[in-house]
Amino acid sequence: MSRRASIAIERWTPLSRAASIIAAALVATLVLAPLFLDANAIDRLTTLFIYILLGTMWNALAGYGGLVSVGQQAFFGIGAYAAIRLSHAGVAVYPALILGALFAGLFSLLLSTFALRLRGGEFAIGMWVVAELCHLLVNLDGLIQGETGTSLIALDAIAPGHRRDDTYWLALAAMVTLLALVFALLRGRLGGSIQAIRDNEEAAASLGVKVLAAKRIIFIIAGTGCGMAGTLWLASSITFQPQAYFGVQWTAYMIFMALVGGLGTFEGPILGAVLFFAIELFFGASGIWYLVGLGAAALIFALFLPRGIWGTVEDRFGLRLLPLGYTVRIPAAAEPAAGGDRSASRVGSLPRC
Amino acid sequence: MSLLTVDRLDVRHGLLQAVRGVSFAVQQGEVLALIGANGAGKTTLLRAIAGAHRPAGGRILLDGIDVTALRAYRRVALGIALVPEGRWLFPGMTVEENLLVARSSRRPGPWTVERVMDAFPNLRPRFKAKAGSLSGGEQQATAIGRALMTNPRVLLLDEVSLGLAPVAVERVYHSLQGLIGEGTTILLVEQDLARALRVATRVACMLEGRIVLEGPAASMTRERVTAAYFGLGRGAEPRLDA
Amino acid sequence: MIWVNQIVQGVLLGGYYAVLACGLSLMFGVMRIINLAHGDLAVLAAFLVWLLTERLGIPLAPALILVLAGMAALGVALQRVVLERSLRAGILVPLLSTFGLAIVIENLLFEGFGADTRSLAPAIGSLAYDSWSISDEIYVGRLSVLIFALAVLLLAGLQLLLSRTQLGRALRATAEDPDTAELVGINSRGVYAAAAAIAVVTAAIGGVLFAMRAAFAPYAGPSQLIFAFEAVVIGGLSSLWGTLAGGIVLGVAQSIGAQLDPHGFLIAGHVVFLLVLAIRLALGSAEARGRLRTLLGKSA
Repeated sequence: MSRRASIAIERWTPLSRAASIIAAALVATLVLAPLFLDANAIDRLTTLFIYILLGTMWNALAGYGGLVSVGQQAFFGIGAYAAIRLSHAGVAVYPALILGALFAGLFSLLLSTFALRLRGGEFAIGMWVVAELCHLLVNLDGLIQGETGTSLIALDAIAPGHRRDDTYWLALAAMVTLLALVFALLRGRLGGSIQAIRDNEEAAASLGVKVLAAKRIIFIIAGTGCGMAGTLWLASSITFQPQAYFGVQWTAYMIFMALVGGLGTFEGPILGAVLFFAIELFFGASGIWYLVGLGAAALIFALFLPRGIWGTVEDRFGLRLLPLGYTVRIPAAAEPAAGGDRSASRVGSLPRC
Repeated sequence: MSLLTVDRLDVRHGLLQAVRGVSFAVQQGEVLALIGANGAGKTTLLRAIAGAHRPAGGRILLDGIDVTALRAYRRVALGIALVPEGRWLFPGMTVEENLLVARSSRRPGPWTVERVMDAFPNLRPRFKAKAGSLSGGEQQATAIGRALMTNPRVLLLDEVSLGLAPVAVERVYHSLQGLIGEGTTILLVEQDLARALRVATRVACMLEGRIVLEGPAASMTRERVTAAYFGLGRGAEPRLDA
Repeated sequence: MIWVNQIVQGVLLGGYYAVLACGLSLMFGVMRIINLAHGDLAVLAAFLVWLLTERLGIPLAPALILVLAGMAALGVALQRVVLERSLRAGILVPLLSTFGLAIVIENLLFEGFGADTRSLAPAIGSLAYDSWSISDEIYVGRLSVLIFALAVLLLAGLQLLLSRTQLGRALRATAEDPDTAELVGINSRGVYAAAAAIAVVTAAIGGVLFAMRAAFAPYAGPSQLIFAFEAVVIGGLSSLWGTLAGGIVLGVAQSIGAQLDPHGFLIAGHVVFLLVLAIRLALGSAEARGRLRTLLGKSA
């Protein structure tokens, strides 16, 4: 029988269904991790979550928004600084951490009115200057005592075991929340806008895509996320030395994670963060050569593999792990003479972020 | 031997085939006019010959030398000069500087800034003016002059009458007559059929990337050209009623 | 009077910034690339000169010539290997690749020379600290004056190169339209290589001057890059003499800031930079221009 089936556009594929289930199971396992993993492992996982957060945020800015910022450490440091100040003022520790991140987000909102009007290199170095200025101004605070720094004293009141687990769960929650937020935005209208802006900003604007609004949303999310990463770092290391938080090495780490993992893909920065974490684990002690390696990797990937590992894999194998793209199912016409219904459908997918 | 030979050239814009298997030859001293509707592939063909566009297949030979793989600046050094559609002068530089910068290929020859001024007297008062402030006709004159400064053996002219007032077009073609009189080999793309037929020794008509009509200008009748131009009579008897 | 002294120091400091920044400005003008490794290249040159003069005992002049020649070659190599691929690849790639390069250079320097600060002051003897006194309260360092004079000469030379020579014309043409430049016989890749070589050589000169005025260390690159960039932006991205003006504004701001507060040097510089950027943005928008016009009583 020949039935003319219509073209179907789907978002979920069997692969993305499977991947999503696995991801959900993984998160559930991670929630329970403190029950069966030792202290060292919990600490390490917390660090990994912070890295994933940072990588995802920088990727959101550069890969989705086209904004190369050499100054995200500004929010990293501001978040931590705000948490210190809030805690000093009497706010309970863990709420202070969250509020610190929100403060960084507010700062990014205010900064966006100015920063987003800058282009290319001006934006990159402009953000760097902002970070340097924040560093200098924070140094002036008597509580911080310049480069000597201070500590999140209120954390000492909590037993180390609880502290470690609470920080772990907060980090896990923050990472999952921000990843989910980015995912939701990409799946929604913003995702299409971003792709349009990336391909041709002027054409997108002429079609009614609100370019500035899209970039602003990304900028604020990135600022909040980096701020959260900063407060989490503070929670796990307890000490706050401005140099360690406002240094440009954080941008170097973020660039590595996003670029090597896969700029402009969702899974890429996660892969990049895992790689970065592993490399730091095994080679961090070799000091300088580790840093040289990071820089060389950024250089080589920028020149020869700008899509990163995950991006290249996606392009090569047409893989789409998470349901972020669109799949078009085009049914072939059934053959009338042969009888029966051999409707083979062609599946193609539209490119996505 | 022909000065310029194009052999089964294929040029693409992404997936779109703009030039399909085009072959022709231009002899020394000839003026070949390329005519055809918009989108026929004329500009793409000229740009491919000049080296601004990489062909997908085929060859380009200058005096027997295969230049297909050479970058544009090397072809200029060998004697191919293109006056691009839209002129594309360097707007921040003066007329004088636009002319002088074309000496970069250091080809020996008779063309100097003074000689260009003689060929295009309307440029004299604008010598030190920034190219961005010139009128259409002055820009066209400067663009042709700039190409001439490279002392070309083959001059490629792409739509020199585009966007110019009739009086300016008149002036440009008057100067071109001088060039033609001196025996310069010219390959020109021209929308204005009447002008093209007047100034050329040979005519080639392009349609959808192919040459569909070619021959001496004198033997071209309006009817033949019109039929080829619009693709009338493809696969059917040509209707020749005017 | 102390303020006048600070301003004079600031102006002279601007000369140094101009030398350091003119290469950055040139590279941006011709290739639209901001070389994030610019500062580190300057520091690299300083280390190389130090190596030749202090460790190998080679006199300053030949050491300088050797290093500058080497840096020119490095600039060409940089163009061929890194920058050329970045040119047509959008804004991300040049920034990311030069950032990676910067990290490689500064950490290799650390690996090779350690954390100690060095100085090239010994190589120039008393020139490093001699000064003339213009009045009771105003002293100008001889070295600072020489650097300023060198800056003016260098900028004038570059300006002459750009406006009078065939290479300069080719540079300007390629900067405006690289495709058409090729069509009139300019080898755009060669032009870019020349621009890169000039940029790196001027960065090297800047680095050597920096090393003579102050102490330097492997990680000094990024801060010098930021100063150079601030000078270029304050002066306007498209002008060489603007870079001198920008450098002077930056230097004066920093010197006055230093007088106000020990931390004021850096803060003042960054604040002035951000202010200039903000003002330029505000004035740049048509809406703001319209409002300004109404304010000044002009008809629309």
